Amino acid sequence: MTTKTLTTTALTGILAFGLAGAAMAEIRIGATLSETGPASFLGDPEAKTLRMLVDEVNAAGGINGEQIELIMYDDAGDPNRARTFATRLIEDDEVVAIIGGTTTGTTMSIMPMVDDAEIPFISLAGAIQIIDPVQPFTFKTPHTDRMACARIFEDMQAREIMRIGMISGTDGFGASMREQCLSIVGEYGIEVVADERYGPQDADMTPQLTNIRGEEGIQAVLNPGFGQGPSIVTRNYAQLGIDMPLYQSHGVASQGFIDLAGADAAEGVRLPGTALLVADLLAEDDPQYDVVQAYTQAYEAAYDMPVTTFGGYAHDAFRILVDAIERAGSSDPQDIRDAIEATDGLVGTTGIYTMSPDDHLGLDITAFRMLEIRDGGWTLVD
Amino acid sequence: MSELMQFLFSGVTVGAVYALVALGFTIIYNASDVVNFAQGEFVMLGGMITVFAHAAGLPLPLAAVLAIVVTGVIGVALNKLAIEPARGAPVVSLIIITIGAAIFIKGVTKLVFDKQLHRFPAFSGDTPIQIMGATILPQSLWVIAGAVAVFIGLFLFFTRTLTGRAVLATSNNRLAAQLVGINTKWVMTLAFSLSAAIGALAGVLVTPITLTSYDVGIALALKGFAAAMLGGMGNPKGALVGGILLGLLEALTAGYISSQYKDAAAFIVILAVLFVMPQGLFGSKSMDRV
Repeated sequence: MTTKTLTTTALTGILAFGLAGAAMAEIRIGATLSETGPASFLGDPEAKTLRMLVDEVNAAGGINGEQIELIMYDDAGDPNRARTFATRLIEDDEVVAIIGGTTTGTTMSIMPMVDDAEIPFISLAGAIQIIDPVQPFTFKTPHTDRMACARIFEDMQAREIMRIGMISGTDGFGASMREQCLSIVGEYGIEVVADERYGPQDADMTPQLTNIRGEEGIQAVLNPGFGQGPSIVTRNYAQLGIDMPLYQSHGVASQGFIDLAGADAAEGVRLPGTALLVADLLAEDDPQYDVVQAYTQAYEAAYDMPVTTFGGYAHDAFRILVDAIERAGSSDPQDIRDAIEATDGLVGTTGIYTMSPDDHLGLDITAFRMLEIRDGGWTLVD
Repeated sequence: MSELMQFLFSGVTVGAVYALVALGFTIIYNASDVVNFAQGEFVMLGGMITVFAHAAGLPLPLAAVLAIVVTGVIGVALNKLAIEPARGAPVVSLIIITIGAAIFIKGVTKLVFDKQLHRFPAFSGDTPIQIMGATILPQSLWVIAGAVAVFIGLFLFFTRTLTGRAVLATSNNRLAAQLVGINTKWVMTLAFSLSAAIGALAGVLVTPITLTSYDVGIALALKGFAAAMLGGMGNPKGALVGGILLGLLEALTAGYISSQYKDAAAFIVILAVLFVMPQGLFGSKSMDRV
């Protein structure tokens, strides 16, 4: 009896060891995303996108003949959990690269971990602090909030808007974008004459908007923020009958925003968005046309829901990573990092990426397209 | 002048939302001394179930009724499955059970429905009503009317009906209530179903204004709890006044001082009130420690 048990144990052990050995031959990619929690609006499509793309690449034979294993955790937008998961990905799961950090907060808590362990990391969060100053192992795919501000201010200049009010969310994204906008607004000769805030769960922003409206000579309002806040701001804006252009950030760039705010209230709202949002409007000779169409069709077929900009960030991060591993011809983290840094002209849904040792984002301001909401849909302004 | 009016409208709108949540607290508190932190989840369920029933093709009023009934049943289930088995446990343990229940309900909602934000159309359109240079949405009037109607209903229930008095008697002394022939088990079931239904009604009324998603419950419960504490826990009048006062405080702070200090100002006032009169504005003098 004892011998039999022993044999079984030994066999199981060998089997398990063998399996583990086989698993080691795969390329393990880690991800920690905010699938649930306050940023699930962003993290959910990101997670769905990664799962879909990993299946796609594996079905096509993997990278350089090796299958990818995706190890994904849900940090629920909690920076502490993100840090724990990053540690687990590095130490227990022994991944070669990490995608994730749905929010700026979670990204910032992962960055020191990947730096210590020298594992390449591609963030899906917006804030400029992630890549400025450049950290050797951290990259990111979304435009920075500073670029969004610049694009918005360019558009305001074109419309001869000189005095604006800002109403920003107090969440990480809103606060960061507000700061970036305030720091560059002077370069465009635009003056911020009102600067109001709101909490991410607030139900009514009419007091703040009333104050903004009361400012002398104000010509437009800008709202950095994401989630429910901007929808309510847009609805309150219509309720108060404010007759000035309203600018939103790329944080609301999805059909969900129009549905929540209501087509009437959202009419005329402008925001900087990506080619992905206006896939139908892109010219066929647009360099991003094929990539955007392919992603949109695959995602909508797989999940029966529209693509979002956020899923697009995950798409681009994964493509950059796969491209880097292919070019490196190795799955050593250091080689992957070097290859990511040498990314050149990779067409994503967000823009065309060309990275360098000084630029771990690789996008410029032209990657943003100015969009306007008309009749409950998106239109290209320029 | 028109600015002040706008701030007042904003305050009353938001305050009525808080008041509705706070009113939901009163019944269960009156029946059992338990502050039910799943109250915010009831509000969320009211909104979410209506959204999905409406999306599935039910007309809005029917979807709303369905949401209220289903949430009422969930309230009963919460009592039967979680509170009743723990009867005899200290009030604090029961409160912790309700927090657990809130997390559970939130999780299940996330799985059954989804993680997106939702809203459904306002009952009487989105055309703002102009009063003295300020505007208010018709839906805000629905919320205010709802809060007032629930308040009147509860006030009459607790003061004029035998059942309402049985609820108060149960809270005061369960054993004594049993001895005079009150079915305290039934009273608890009634309290939970009514409270859940009121929460769901709140959800139905406020969703066109505040939007809803699986995770809005906690924030609502906290603000509603603050409103109930300010007004005096367990008193419908306190809940109504506390809620509206809290909303006005927030709106006036946001309007005249700074939107950054809005939440802080509201909580500072609540703390000040509780220091001076620990029972809240309308609470009874004899309070147990909670």
